[in-house]
Amino acid sequence: MKGRARHLILGGLVTLVLIAVVAWFSAAPQWRSLPEQTALLRLSFTHGGDRSAACRDRTEEELAALPKNMRARQICDRRRPPIFVELEVDGATVFAAERDPSGLAGSGPSRVYERLLLPAGPHDLTVRMRDRPDTEGFDYEATRRVELAPAQSFVIDFRPAEGGFVFH
Amino acid sequence: MSLRATLRRGLDRAERGLDPLFGPDWNPLANLGPLGWFLFWIVAATGVYLFIFFDTGVVDAYASVEWLSNDHWFHAGVARSLHRYASDLMVVVMLLHLAREFVYDRYRGKRWFSWVTGVPIVWFVYMSGITGYWLVWDQLAQYVAQTSTELLDALPIFAEPIARNFLTPESLSSRFFTLLVFLHIAIPLILLLAMWIHIQRISLARTKPPRGLAAITLAALVVVSLVLPASSQGPADLATVPAVVGLDWFLLGLYPVIDMVPPGVIWTGALLFTLVLIGLPWAPPRAEAPAAKVFLDHCNGCSRCVADCPYGAITLVRRSDGAPFLHEVEVDAGRCVACGICMGSCPSSTPFRRSGDLITGIDLPERSLAALRAEVIEAAAQLTGTGRVLTIACGFGAGGAPAPGRVVLPCVAMAPPSLFDFILSRGLADGVAIAGCAERDCQNRLGRSWTLQRIARERDPFLRNRVPRPRLLTVWAGPSEVARLEAETAGFAEALAAMGPYADQRPLDPAEARGAAAATTARAEQIVEAAK
Repeated sequence: MKGRARHLILGGLVTLVLIAVVAWFSAAPQWRSLPEQTALLRLSFTHGGDRSAACRDRTEEELAALPKNMRARQICDRRRPPIFVELEVDGATVFAAERDPSGLAGSGPSRVYERLLLPAGPHDLTVRMRDRPDTEGFDYEATRRVELAPAQSFVIDFRPAEGGFVFH
Repeated sequence: MSLRATLRRGLDRAERGLDPLFGPDWNPLANLGPLGWFLFWIVAATGVYLFIFFDTGVVDAYASVEWLSNDHWFHAGVARSLHRYASDLMVVVMLLHLAREFVYDRYRGKRWFSWVTGVPIVWFVYMSGITGYWLVWDQLAQYVAQTSTELLDALPIFAEPIARNFLTPESLSSRFFTLLVFLHIAIPLILLLAMWIHIQRISLARTKPPRGLAAITLAALVVVSLVLPASSQGPADLATVPAVVGLDWFLLGLYPVIDMVPPGVIWTGALLFTLVLIGLPWAPPRAEAPAAKVFLDHCNGCSRCVADCPYGAITLVRRSDGAPFLHEVEVDAGRCVACGICMGSCPSSTPFRRSGDLITGIDLPERSLAALRAEVIEAAAQLTGTGRVLTIACGFGAGGAPAPGRVVLPCVAMAPPSLFDFILSRGLADGVAIAGCAERDCQNRLGRSWTLQRIARERDPFLRNRVPRPRLLTVWAGPSEVARLEAETAGFAEALAAMGPYADQRPLDPAEARGAAAATTARAEQIVEAAK
């Protein structure tokens, strides 16, 4: 076997083995991203803090200094207040954090996206949120007892139109 | 021996192992860049073909991929496997290419541009692959999509977390899925643009592998695609977590790290890695000889140096000195690596000249033609006995170390063919060994090809017909093949001894010898000056 025929055969075999190895590693070995007998709980929503708490009425002097077409009685800060979120699992607080508004001017909604791995089985979930700085306690609260299956993806969302927290 | 020299010898040895299997010209390790291009086109062509059958709807995407993989496995299924395996192989080829250019020190100095423009290519290849995996919308796609978007959401640039699109089955819309398809088309197009920019500062860039190697690679890809077809991993279900997935370790190998390490660390690591890669050419920069210089009194604008420069550093411009020629050449000092190939290509580079100073049309300030002639005469004086061999060696090959009777150059193509004629006709040696770098790959890209074509009298400047070809030996050997170079040179010396002295000698006359001595003195002064 000489010349190019030899290169075609030997080089071809080497290339074949290389590509077979590449093909094998393109789907193996497997990766376990979630421990066995575990479920994933995600608390995720976007919600803008209520700006009305920081609003005030303009004084007569302030109104007089404005052009007639801009004399709105109330003035509100463009920046939204932060929200405070708390999550309890089986009576223990697993997440409690204040979330600032998004955007350069702080005028966007606050964002929450938290992942929590829980053992499969029954759990008592309580989630609370305060979106007004002048509220004592919380503006929204919801409790749910759930039975989580292994590898289940459970989501707590927040939809004001549906009355508050939503469990998926 | 420095770490780089050790690595270079090791890599040369490894590459040499593939030479008998593929042949030096088909050696895949010496064709990594062209192979990368070839694999890109395979991925692009199969991608266009798959798009014919692919449905971009959330529900239908998985079904369409299953249909083309199972019902139409013999064409669309093979195309899918080719698409995946060629992408994976492209990652392998790209990373080897990066490591190889680093080891061979081709990333610093004037060659920084190709290196720096190659860094974004690494990321675009990964992004192209990752967005491709999303489209199958199987469990692996779900894992990749959720992990990727959670990582992206760590950057404070999105008002709404993108990961929220993958929270529940209801939250993912077909419109968002169409955006993913768009990304998988747009990113490879940007990759192609980046690849084009990557080769802009080299001339005659090799974007096609040798046909044989391309045929071998394509055939092996097709065979593996038939034997081990790519498959999906069950439909995505956002109500569950894809706890166990078969990962593509080439394109998605970092995902386990993303799972385990906070996103801030991942982004910081990626940024640092990118900055380090970009900064490598200056850490430290390579000390390079000054760029080639044009001497208009000896240049008629013939453009041979323009054609031969491997780095596109020489251009033809309108004549500026009033001489009766249309053009002159101009050297871009920012691109010239001082390989000397231009000097070897210049018809004025003849060491036979006896009147006036030995000046050529384009010369290296630190290693002029006059200095080279002097070095050759000096090296020849060290040869004794019969079968004297004067070696013109490449500094990056087996003959890179100084030795008696040897002149080491940045590239053997720096030596004009008339220099070999000069050595033989002046009786400086009985034969000339041209010891270039390994046959599979030239450190200065085109030096080996030009040398071979010049001495085969196929490329201007031609070796004169009077030069007996048997008195020239070409040895293409990498740094790990010193023993082969020595053996071949010894065999050549024996053959020369049997031939006897060259018949048409006209010994060096005193004027030439004096000129050589003067040039040697000037060269010594240059070295002393540089040392200061």
